[in-house]
Order: sequence, then C-alpha cells, then structure tokens
Amino acid sequence: MRAYLPEYELKTPANLAEALRLFSDEPGVWRPFAGGTDLMVLLEAGKLTHTRFVSLWGLPELTGIESHDDQIIIGALTTYSQMQAHAALRAEFPLLCEAASWTGAVAIQNRGTLGGNIANASPAADSLPALLVYDAELELISANGSRVVPYNGFHTGYKTSVLRPDEVIKTIRLPRTTAGWRQHSRKVGTRKAQAISKVCLATIAHSENGVVQAIRLAFGSVAPTPLRATATEAVLKGQPINAVTIAAGRAALLNELKPIDDVRSTAEYRAQVAANLLVEFLEMLA
Amino acid sequence: MKQSLIGQPAHRKEGRDKVTGQARYVDDLTFPDMLHGVTVRSPIARGQLRGVQFGEGIPWHEFTIVTAKDVPGANCVALILEDQPYLVSDTINHPEEPILLLAHADKYLLEEARRAITFEIEPLPAIFSIEDSLNRKELIWGEDNTFKSFLIEKGDVNAAWAHADFIVEGEYETGAQEQLYIEPNGMIAIANREEGVTVWGSMQCPYYVHKALIKLFDLPPKKIRVVQAVTGGGFGGKEEYPSMIAGHAALLAWKAGKPVKLIYDRAEDMAATTKRHPSKTRIRTAVGKDGKLLATEIDFTIDGGAYATLSSVVLSRGTIHAAGPYNWPAVRVRSRAVATNHPPHGAFRGFGAPQSIFAMERHLNKVAQTVGLSPEELRRRNFLQPGETTSTGQVINEKIDLSSLLDRALKLSDYQTKKTRFAEFNASSSTERKGIGFATFMHGAGFTGSGEVYLSSVVGVEATETGKVRVLTSNTEIGQGSFTIFSQIAADALGIDFSQIEIAQPDTANVPNSGPTVASRTTMIVGKLVESAALGLRQTLVAGGLLGERYSADEFAEACRQHIAQHGALKSFSKYEPPPGVHWDDEKYQGEAYGTYAWAVYVAEVTVDLTTYETRVDDFVALQEVGKVINPVLAAGQIEGGVAQAIGYALYENVVWREGRMVNNQMTNYIMPTSADVPPIRVYFEELPYAYGPSGAKGIGELPMDGPAPAILNAIEDAIGQPGIQTFLGQIPLMPETLMKAMTAGGGND
Ligand SMILES: Cc1cc2nc3c(=O)[nH]c(=O)nc-3n(C[C@H](O)[C@H](O)[C@H](O)COP(=O)(O)OP(=O)(O)OC[C@H]3O[C@@H](n4cnc5c(N)ncnc54)[C@H](O)[C@@H]3O)c2cc1C
Repeated sequence: MRAYLPEYELKTPANLAEALRLFSDEPGVWRPFAGGTDLMVLLEAGKLTHTRFVSLWGLPELTGIESHDDQIIIGALTTYSQMQAHAALRAEFPLLCEAASWTGAVAIQNRGTLGGNIANASPAADSLPALLVYDAELELISANGSRVVPYNGFHTGYKTSVLRPDEVIKTIRLPRTTAGWRQHSRKVGTRKAQAISKVCLATIAHSENGVVQAIRLAFGSVAPTPLRATATEAVLKGQPINAVTIAAGRAALLNELKPIDDVRSTAEYRAQVAANLLVEFLEMLA
Repeated sequence: MKQSLIGQPAHRKEGRDKVTGQARYVDDLTFPDMLHGVTVRSPIARGQLRGVQFGEGIPWHEFTIVTAKDVPGANCVALILEDQPYLVSDTINHPEEPILLLAHADKYLLEEARRAITFEIEPLPAIFSIEDSLNRKELIWGEDNTFKSFLIEKGDVNAAWAHADFIVEGEYETGAQEQLYIEPNGMIAIANREEGVTVWGSMQCPYYVHKALIKLFDLPPKKIRVVQAVTGGGFGGKEEYPSMIAGHAALLAWKAGKPVKLIYDRAEDMAATTKRHPSKTRIRTAVGKDGKLLATEIDFTIDGGAYATLSSVVLSRGTIHAAGPYNWPAVRVRSRAVATNHPPHGAFRGFGAPQSIFAMERHLNKVAQTVGLSPEELRRRNFLQPGETTSTGQVINEKIDLSSLLDRALKLSDYQTKKTRFAEFNASSSTERKGIGFATFMHGAGFTGSGEVYLSSVVGVEATETGKVRVLTSNTEIGQGSFTIFSQIAADALGIDFSQIEIAQPDTANVPNSGPTVASRTTMIVGKLVESAALGLRQTLVAGGLLGERYSADEFAEACRQHIAQHGALKSFSKYEPPPGVHWDDEKYQGEAYGTYAWAVYVAEVTVDLTTYETRVDDFVALQEVGKVINPVLAAGQIEGGVAQAIGYALYENVVWREGRMVNNQMTNYIMPTSADVPPIRVYFEELPYAYGPSGAKGIGELPMDGPAPAILNAIEDAIGQPGIQTFLGQIPLMPETLMKAMTAGGGND
C-alpha cells in the first residue's frame, strides 16, 4: 500500500439526499465511491490524488434493474454479476451482458458497477461500446434535481464528461427498440480473462435482402473515449453487403479511429484489428 | 519392512499448514519495537549522484536514514565478482538502483517520506541494447562491457563449409521474463554489535545470504544467522537478490538498534529485481543433402544488465546447451554476457538454456525446410546416440534412445493425423489456421562442470529418542515440494514411516551447507546426500547391534533410544563426492559438463486467429526421460507449471522497457497466462535410472522451461507458414502485434 492513509476520508451517508447534499455544499471536494474497483487500484499504487470520498454503496435509489414497456432502467450501482443474472437484459441487451462477463473475473463482477465503469471513463472500458450502440441515456442527479442526457456525447474527451461535480449518475436507461437486430460483440484483450481490452467492438445491425438497413458500431480502446463510429455507419447504411461495401467500410473506419501506442499494444494493431472485427461482422451479416 | 515410498504420491509435508493459513511467511512475522523499511531508488539509468534533498513536511528526525556511508564492512554484494554495491555511493548504473534506505514505525508515513526524497543527479548517457553494448557506444563496465565470454570448440568447423550441400543461417532473439513468484520479496533483520546479524526472509539460498552479510558487516561467520521463512515461490528470482534485501534490512536494523522489516510490493519487486536475461543468437549450419548435420557455429549473447551478478554462470549453461541433443561432428560456440544499464538480469528457471535452446530448435526447422526433410526426420538423422559426444566432448553413456522418445511423443500427440487434418482445415478456413510443432532437448542437472565439487555440499540426519528423524539441509521448500521429496527419500532409506521424518527449517545456525536451491539439483544431488546420510544412520544402528535387517517402527525407535543413551546423540552426515570418471576443463570448456541430463520431446498444437493475430495453444504433450519419478504428483506439477510459465515466455510476457526501466510493472499490464489461456498439459515420463541420483532420479525442475517456446513457434510456423515469415518467428515473446506485421507484410525478406 503506497498511499498515506491518514490523508483519506470516506463518508457513508444514510441516504442519497445526504450524499447529494455533500456534493452540492462543497462541489468538487467530495467524490463518489461505488464498488471501489477502480479507486482501490489507484489507492494501493499511491496514485489516488483525490482524498475525500462519499460511499454510494448500498444506497437503494441507485440499485436495482426495472423493466418498463419502452425501456429497461439500470441503477448505477448495478454490478456486472447482477446484469448477467437479469433475464430481460440477457435476452434483449446481450452485448451488455457479454461485456459484463468479460470484465475482470468473478470477484470484480460482484463488486464493480456499471455507473463506475461510465464515470471512470476509461477508453478501454468494456461495457461502454454496448451502451453506445443501444443508444443508452443517463439520468444524472444532484441536490437541485435530475436531468436525462444521451450517453453518446457524455464523454467530452479523455476522462472528461458533462457530469458536474455536484452530480452522480443515478440510472442508465436502455430503450427497447432494437428487437430483431443482429447483435455482435468481441473483446480482444491481452489474454482470455482478467484482461484490459486492446480493442473491443459492439455492434447491432438490421439488414434485409443483403442490404444494410441500419447499423450501429462502437469501439473501445481506439480513441480517447469509447467511440461510436458514425462516419463508418453512414458509409455502410443502405449498401448491399459485398466486397466493395466491406472495403469502403474498412477504409472509412480506419479514417475514423484515433488509436494510440501504449504498454498494452500499438496504434497500428488496434486500427488493423478493429477493421478486421468490422469485416468479420459484415461477413456474418451477408 | 514397509513398501517403498519412492514413486508414491506422498502428501506434501507442509501442505496442511499452507492450506489452513498456519504457514508463516515473512510478512506474517513481527517483533517487539519493529520498524518498517523502504528503499529509495534511482529514477534514471545512469549518472553521478551529487546530492540528496529531504522534502518539507516530514519529521525526518524520527527516521532512520542509511546511505553508503553507513556500511560497516564492504559496500558490495558478495557473489561472484564483487562489483554491485548495496547502496550507490557516487555512480548510478541502472534505474531503480538503491541509493538510500529509510525506516520508521509508521509504514504509511514511510511512503510519504519516500516520495519526499529527491536526488540531484548529473545524468550520463546510458545503453540498453546488446548491439550498443557490443559496439561500445558507451563504455559502462570494465574494458569492453563484457562480464564473461566462452568458447567451445569441437572438430573442425572451418573445414566443414566447403563440402556442405547447404549452409543455413538464422538469427534468434528472446526477451526478458519476470519470475512472478506469488509472494513478493521480503526480509526482517535484527542487527547489533553484541548479537551480530540475524535475518528471516523469503529466499532460495540461505548460505548465499550468509556469505553476503559476512562481507557487508565484516563479522565472523558465526555472528551471522540466516533463517528462511516459509517462501511463496522463487523460480530463480530469490536466488541472488535476497542477499541485497537482507543487507538493506540489516543495515537499517544496525543503525536503528531495532528490528526492521523490509517488504517489497509487487510494483517494486517487478521494477527493481532480476529477470531472465534477454538474448540474441546467430547460428550458421553446414548440412549435407542427406540431412546429416556437418557443423555449426553459434554466436550467443546475453544482456546481463548493469552488474555481473550471476551472468557468467547463466551464460555458461546457455553456452553448453546451445548445440542441443545432436551429434555434431564440428561445433563452435562463442558466447558472451554483456553490460547494459538495465537492472541486473538474474537467475530464472532454465538459467540460460531456454534462450539458446529456443534458437537451435527454431533453427533446425529452418534447416529441415532447406534440405527438404520433415522436422522430425532431420532430427532423427542427427540425434545423439549412446557413445557419441556432446559439444563439450562428453560421451553419452546412458542408454537414451531419442528416436523412440520422439516417436512416442508424436504418437501421443497424434502428430501425423493432425498434420493432415490441419492442412485440410487451413485450406478451407478463412478465419483460423492450425498447426502442430515440437522441440527436442536436454537439460543438465546440478551445477555445471566442477561446480558441485566446489560446493562440496553436506547433509545431516539426526534421530530422536522416539525414533523420529530430522533431516538437516540448507535447501529450501519454495513450493516445489523439496521437503516432501526429502521425507520420502529418508523414510525409504531408513525403512520407517513418512510421518516419522521431520525436515529442519533452513537456518544457518542449525543446518549444514548443502548448497543453494537452484539448478535442478535439490532432488538429484541433495536428495542423494539425504539418502546416504539416512543409510549411514541406519548402518550405525545395525553395526552397533541395535537393529536387525528387518525391524518394526517400535524396534527402530528402541534402537535410537538405546544409541542416544549410550552415545549422547545419533547423527549422520554425508558429503558430496563426484561420480567417478567426471572431468571438467574450465579453460577449454571440455569434459563432463553435467553428471547427467534429462531428455525431452514436447509437442504443441496451436490455432492462430486471422482476425486478431492471437495464438491459442490448444494441446500440449510433454514427454521426458527423468531417471526415476520420486513423487508422480509433484513431478507432473513441476512439468505442468514449467510449461505454463514457458507458454507465458513464448506468447504473453513482454517486459516493456523505457530508458532501461520496466514500465509495465503491474500484473494488469505484464501479462502472464491465466488458466483460461493454458491448454490441457499432458505429461508423460520415461525412466532410465541414473546411478548417482536417489533411486535413480535426475533433476527436472528447469527442464519444462526449455522446450515449449520453440515447440509453440514451430507450431505457429506450421499453421501460417508462408515465405518470408521466418524472420518474425525468430523472436519471443511472439506478440499478436508482431504476428500481424508478419502476416500483413506477406513476405518481407528472409
Ligand atoms: C482486477 C480488475 C479487473 C478489471 N477488469 C476490467 C475489465 O475487464 N473491463 C473493464 O471495463 N473494467 C475492468 N476493471 C475496472 C472496474 O472494475 C470497472 O471500471 C468498474 O465498473 C468500476 O466500478 P466501481 O463501482 O468499482 O467504481 P469505483 O472504483 O467506485 O469508482 C470509479 C470512478 O467512478 C466514479 N463513480 C462511481 N460511481 C459513480 C456514480 N454513480 N456517479 C458518478 N460517479 C461515480 C468514482 O468517483 C470514481 O471516479 C477491472 C478492475 C480490476 C481491479
């Protein structure tokens, strides 16, 4: 443990209102602490620069999964294990459950939360591409009320977002509009389990008579934020799935990605493999 | 008399304590008044230390602070050459080099203090590659950046090129690898002028630490005591570096006048301690069109890092193993260990052999291709046979039949059928390629050359009045099962129950020096000494008329009681004697390099994903001849673990260096394979008893590290073989990023 523990403070409020009051009374001083699976890693390494936290763990307003006719509402504190155990999520939003099954291993899945994955905003986070292709919305709440924002656009740059210091993510909402779409995802990690993605893809599409009617494509680890590849989608939409379209899609995607070299992989590999993953999906669709 | 315990899956002696949490590792130990220590290290690779700045806001007067000036004896880690300081006095030679030590009772405050220290350093240019070191881009060690070089010559290599039908050349490279024992390093020390120095800690070799502390403190041997705590793995990583940590803990304790505990966390352990030596090998081979190997010239270089440490001996083993189990009429091996500004590379399972064997086993596949033979046929035509000689001129006088070993391994892995099946699969699949490949190799057990004679190991056994027998060795249980093996051997020799044997915890105050726990020597060399010491004890009782030829447990106990009553104690010691007819010439590097070898054929089956360039190992067959299996569960465990570790070496474990520092020093980014990445490992043994091992056993600990990497790369070549790809398949770890380059380049020049 490299952190100087006496410097840290963790409050456990009795309810959400009390937590939100702390965030709004001293904006930026207090930060949420959910499952702690990202924060504790930084603490242990002596790299957690922020020192004052409010535990959200167990607050009922942020837990549970609700099914409505038009949407499924997931509390921000929902863990990966809870998502995988939910029948409607598994049936209609399999890409999110698949991503949950790839995340760390069982211990992390029991503790890590979807809200934490979003707020932590790692470009390599595994569930975020799925949220992008499902056109998820986020409900953000503060002492002054709540607002709903589209998840696409939530991240404004590397580790920055529209979330205000007095706000927390309350729920994640998935519209039930994609029944019957072809769904596919794939994680390319550094190994088969307990791995950070080098590239990951979530995609859903709808095709008729070999023509792409609609397609949504999202990638992790290829840009400063999880990336919805809208330019590539536009190139593919309305096109017959053939070699020409596949080549055009591939070229468009390589243009749209902004991958980097880091300790895990190279920009070149990420771009090439992301393009291969797209081709693999288009060939499945044909 | 009881049924023999040899060959039985006896339960682990210390297993119950480990699974119930009773076992006490060094971090579980505390002493009254104990302080915690940390090491403050160099942020850069090379430079002159000009000053130390102690930052604001830290109560420095409460800290024990140790620098090079506080060293009571010699400021060097005594090992082979004494060039590595415990603490930098002026010149820094690698990143993470220890400069200053701190101790305090509050370990959290200690971390704050570590961060508050900055060094004024005048940087010097540093070198990080074998090429730069050989080219003397900077002179950083001695007169030529070379710690050690060897030359082995057999036959007339120069004459061979002229009448060769083919000359095949290749270049091969292997990377560093972290040992990644589950328990990071740690030591506790109590040290003062009156009592001397005592350390407890995680280690493989108590007497190495003992020797180092004598020099560091300039104290007589009996004033130094080294006790091994229960140790969570070593793999070579706790061979030499614990001498450094023990010294640091002891220096702090000496100055503080209080016990000091110094424990590394994973990040420090990975960044600062030793790794496997990276290597580069060039091979040039003359071969006839009948596939007969005529001659080979091998140029083998390893990166030793900034100090000599064990590089000379690692190089020696790599050099001797370089030519493989083949009958070369002529061989020349030139090798050298060079200096760079990396932290020193050190001992790691296999100790130089995995590097040079990788090169040869990849190279022979290239030779086979050139000649137009299958890899198996080429090897069959050239295997060493009894009566023939190795590269050092050692005559093989065991009845090893490598061709049958190869046949059996290919059969067990269904090699031929799979070859055909994979060829069909590959022709039809657009997403995957499958391949199968193998490697044949040998590994010498025990110290190289005259090493064991110099060590001159001693083992003792001691009986109590109740008929229990204690085995006294300095060899450590580090998870490999040595205490269990020693118990089986001693119980068998004495004809008493396994439960009647106790193994003394290695403690230099109580056990003789039976040498280090390294070099696949513990079962074969030390186990044999345990056997003869135990037989000696029994003989004493028989000769004294206290014991007959056959006896019960009670009769044995009664005999012990009577002997102790008459003579005060019942002990027996045994000292190493080299097998007859073993000669080694250290100058010419000729002779019996090892008492014996274990022989093996490993077969790997892989799938390469054409979308992601990832390689999956689908099946693995490990067949080896090991003399005698003492404990089938432990032996298979050694092989399975070694193969898994070598799969990491081949495909996953990539040390990322920046300016000489490992930057992926966390388990998130330094990728060892998980159980999900490792295939079923099918282990098979053959037994040709070795006369000088206990019940015929040879050493097997390092063997499984040698073969998997070349077998896997040979399988990958079989899967994706296309012209031009060979250059990319000459290096490990073979990451998907490299394979992508290889496959998308679609050629390149070979
Ligand atoms: C061993 C290991 C393996 C892992 N493997 C993976 C993997 O394979 N894939 C992957 O994507 N991730 C992985 N992770 C990362 C981690 O588990 C996820 O990012 C997790 O979802 C974070 O959730 P948490 O509740 O633990 O967040 P915390 O650590 O509690 O918080 C993370 C950040 O989010 C903020 N935060 C949390 N909840 C909210 C909220 N409701 N509103 C606003 N801000 C909030 C916190 O202030 C903090 O900044 C791994 C982590 C570990 C330790």
